[in-house]
Amino acid sequence: MNLSYILLIPFVPLAVFLVLGIFNQKIKPAVSGVIGVAGLGISTLLSYYTAFQYFFVSGKADGIYQTFVDKIVWLHLTDSLQIDMGYLIDPISVMMLVVVSTVSLMVNLYSRGYMKGDDGYTRFFAYLSLFSFSMFGLVLSTNLFQIYIFWELVGVSSFLLIGYYYTKSSAIAAAKKAFIVTRFADFGFLIGIFVMGYYTGTFDFQELTDPEGAVILNWASTSFMGLSVITWALLLIFMGGAGKSAMFPLHIWLPDAMEGPTPVSALIHAATMVVAGVYLVARLFPMYYLVEEGFALEIVAYVGAFSSLFAAIIAITQTDIKRVLAFSTMSQLGYMMMALGVSGFDGHEGLGFMASMFHLFTHAMFKALLFLGAGSVIHAVHSNYLKDMGALRKYMPVTNITFLIAALAIAGVPPLAGFWSKDEILVAVYEHNQFLYLIGVLVAGLTAFYMFRIYFGIFWGKETKYEHTPHESPKSMSIPLIILALLTIVVGFIPFSELVTADKMAFEAHLNIPLAVIAVSVGLVGICLAWLFYKKENDLSDRFAHAFGVFYKWTSQKFYFDEIYLFMARKVFYKNVAAPIAFFDKKFVDGTMEGIGNKTVLISQKIKGMQSGKVQDYAFGFIAGVVIIAFVFIYIWTN
Amino acid sequence: MELNSFLLMRHELSLLAVILILLIAEIFISPGRKKHIVSIAIVLFGLHSISGFFPLADSELFGGMFRSNELIHFFKNVLNLGVLILLLQSADWIKEKMTDKERGTEFFILLFASLFGMYFMISAGDFLMFYIGLELSTLPIAALAAFEVMKRKSSEAGIKLILSAAMASGVSLFGISMLYATAGSIYFDEILLNISASHLTLLGFLLFFAGLAFKISLVPFHFWTADVYEGAPISIASYLSVISKGAAVFILMILLFTVLKPLMHIWENLIYVLALATMFTGNLFALRQENMKRFLAFSSIAQAGFILLGLITGTQLGTATVVYFVTIYISSNLAAFGVVQAISSQTGRENMKDYEGLYRTNPKLSLVMMLALFSLAGIPPVAGFFGKFFLFTAAASQGYYLLVFLAVVNVTISLYYYLLVIRAMFLRRGDDPIPFFKNKVYMRIGIVLTVIGILVLGLYSPLYDYIYELSGILK
Repeated sequence: MNLSYILLIPFVPLAVFLVLGIFNQKIKPAVSGVIGVAGLGISTLLSYYTAFQYFFVSGKADGIYQTFVDKIVWLHLTDSLQIDMGYLIDPISVMMLVVVSTVSLMVNLYSRGYMKGDDGYTRFFAYLSLFSFSMFGLVLSTNLFQIYIFWELVGVSSFLLIGYYYTKSSAIAAAKKAFIVTRFADFGFLIGIFVMGYYTGTFDFQELTDPEGAVILNWASTSFMGLSVITWALLLIFMGGAGKSAMFPLHIWLPDAMEGPTPVSALIHAATMVVAGVYLVARLFPMYYLVEEGFALEIVAYVGAFSSLFAAIIAITQTDIKRVLAFSTMSQLGYMMMALGVSGFDGHEGLGFMASMFHLFTHAMFKALLFLGAGSVIHAVHSNYLKDMGALRKYMPVTNITFLIAALAIAGVPPLAGFWSKDEILVAVYEHNQFLYLIGVLVAGLTAFYMFRIYFGIFWGKETKYEHTPHESPKSMSIPLIILALLTIVVGFIPFSELVTADKMAFEAHLNIPLAVIAVSVGLVGICLAWLFYKKENDLSDRFAHAFGVFYKWTSQKFYFDEIYLFMARKVFYKNVAAPIAFFDKKFVDGTMEGIGNKTVLISQKIKGMQSGKVQDYAFGFIAGVVIIAFVFIYIWTN
Repeated sequence: MELNSFLLMRHELSLLAVILILLIAEIFISPGRKKHIVSIAIVLFGLHSISGFFPLADSELFGGMFRSNELIHFFKNVLNLGVLILLLQSADWIKEKMTDKERGTEFFILLFASLFGMYFMISAGDFLMFYIGLELSTLPIAALAAFEVMKRKSSEAGIKLILSAAMASGVSLFGISMLYATAGSIYFDEILLNISASHLTLLGFLLFFAGLAFKISLVPFHFWTADVYEGAPISIASYLSVISKGAAVFILMILLFTVLKPLMHIWENLIYVLALATMFTGNLFALRQENMKRFLAFSSIAQAGFILLGLITGTQLGTATVVYFVTIYISSNLAAFGVVQAISSQTGRENMKDYEGLYRTNPKLSLVMMLALFSLAGIPPVAGFFGKFFLFTAAASQGYYLLVFLAVVNVTISLYYYLLVIRAMFLRRGDDPIPFFKNKVYMRIGIVLTVIGILVLGLYSPLYDYIYELSGILK
């Protein structure tokens, strides 16, 4: 299989970024939009071609999907540890190519309409291309080091995109928060990479994940605090994944990141960057499953399940439609993690893995659609808040229908995409852990409820007084909506169990009718409740909120999570660490003469201009340092 | 001794020639045309730097007092490039001084004299040569810190530097005399054979160490740093934080990994503690600096703390990562100082608040600044990331996981304050942004070179492979 063209997939967007970045001022906005779309179009075509070739023509040998790798030794870190650069083609990376390119292309198309007239239009397309480049690079990485580079690059470009509205102070704060929180998570990832590299002697995915390879067979050779070192490394790496995929408790950046332009949310926070964590776990899946009897994997499952439930509960209470979608994303990502977490490896045992990837794929389509639909609504009414919307179905038929399709899909109504993937997840979870299955069903119901709450709130309900009559978005925006809606209808029929599996061999997956019936009916109950509460203007929801009193308040404040973080950061850290040090700095290190006796002031005035007192302080510090160090290292700490 | 063997000192001799030519030029060039000296100095130094790239034998001179090998040779070249960039960045500033005051040749002469001292310091084969080099590298810089005599802060910086430095080298010399007393020699090779961990030796080592720690601004020997950086001309602050620190780290590494290797059980703990103290102090102080020079001073203290992570290992990997990191650090920090220099020499403004809205008026400069800060913060794919990653790998390879963990915590803290500057430049609209200006040609070359460094040094892997190979020499 000739794959040398694969490099074009990431590098075309990179070239677009460079062109738009360098000739920023000289390119007309309309032209830059076309360049952006064209670049992504090339990548998308190549991705589709690759997928077709790989899955249906030449990817298989003896019924197993092969892994194609092309890499060069980039450098020798030590005599025994080398770092490669290259690309890796296997079922999940090909699948991700399709997801990333499809959604990126749609978002690029859509942005031409959405961002029209914005100054910095060219800059926006440059950032979008940079982001796509990073994401393609991440997906194609052959080793932990390479994936980490692109991982951070994705972080940088999303920082730029979220902070795009730099005149909005909340957008700036959000961009910084997203960057720093995910960076905080990444240090777990980074240390995980160090540990992995040093105990296994390799960063390479193929060597690490080979079920018969030395790394997996020897996992028990070194242990630390009762667990294998490899398990620790996997947990640390998962911490990085949890940061990007907004798992509890590292999710706090995601809702705030909604301050960015809506197409950005559709791209980053629905379909691409946030699934990087899921992808990372899937990439290392054989390790998670085989090392220490899947201890790390179990943690993935519980973190996923908890995040899923937690986010679904919060989503019910949010009044900003983008925030509802943000929490919904977090919840669905939790679903994917949970499915990975309960998965086995061989054949039908690996249903969870396949279901997780399937859901990642379908979710990307309908969640991007939901975000773009929300963007279209926000574009029309110039507000993010549910209270400013209502009865929009009359004005925006296309948005209405496409949004409805996506909402039905996420609620798991057959035959839309979400139904199929969600059903597989629930089957997989049911077969391995029935407690988690209950959580899964509950989340399914909640999902249907909050999604139709906003659907009815936006498109039905009482008409709000609009300043301008809302109107349907321009074609550049509605065409991507229609394409994504069509995809949402059809992608559920892709036979994933024959294409993307843990052991790379096809297996038979059947629809489990009783479980499907349960899931669908729970979803329908959720929709009905939402209809009762929100379709017609009534006070049922208020009465309900009243009855649940404290609990409602807690959830609408996101369980006070941000407050706790702020408290820790501001009060504890700032007050007890940063502020005293700042004080010390001001009073002693800057050495101002304030507050020292009058006499000193008099003396210092006499010799002013030299301020010799300061140097004496410094000399004192120096000598004191020497004495203390000498004392400690000669008499106390002498191993 | 043959004349030929003198060529081992090629770097030193050619730099000396440059200094002498400048001295003569200073006398013979008429006052009105003084500013041509800037170009002459830059061209001469450029030639000197280029000549440095020719290969040099591994050998010793003066009975082992002076030695050179490929690693030392490589590092001298790195220093040369750093100084060359620095000259380019300060050209406009010094030209202005020359037109106003008709003086300024001493800037080059003193700067080169200091570099001359550094050559000897890193080539030293015994403590005498080392000490002479150390002194020669410091004293001219103290004079240069007070270069802008009409500014009070500048004179103050000079005084502070000379007093602190005098004390540091006094302490260091005291330490060296104790090492001599116990080992019976000042030659590194002989000390290595005779050294023992007696209390007197330890005291001698610690005192000696304090002197070098002062140059690298390790906590608690860093007090002078912020004041001196703030007061001194930007070129000198830049020189102190980049060239001087780099050279001191390099010789410290050589000494620790060779002569003082028998004391490793002591110094690995010492470095552990100082690394933590330095990273945390540097970072926490940097958090609240308003003045860009002070800000960079504390940031460079924190960076020194990171370097210690490579020093703690005592391995070939450690050597390679330290040299690699320092090389990258030089280009990143020079880029940051270059931007501060450009803005300051055009507008005289040095506070973080002045940088608000810089992107709208001077997009290119702010992009350079962003790259430099990303590199200092260690964000891929710019060079600083690779430097830090490899340093941390070196420490992790020796099992210092807790230290690496705390270092990564510090990287996150540092990211926060580097983002403060980026936020000011990109995301804020200042009330009074710095107006658009065009840089002169020298400054532009100086900045472009650093940008190339930031973008290429990390991704160009043969550089690391080369350094790793050279690092085998220290074994």
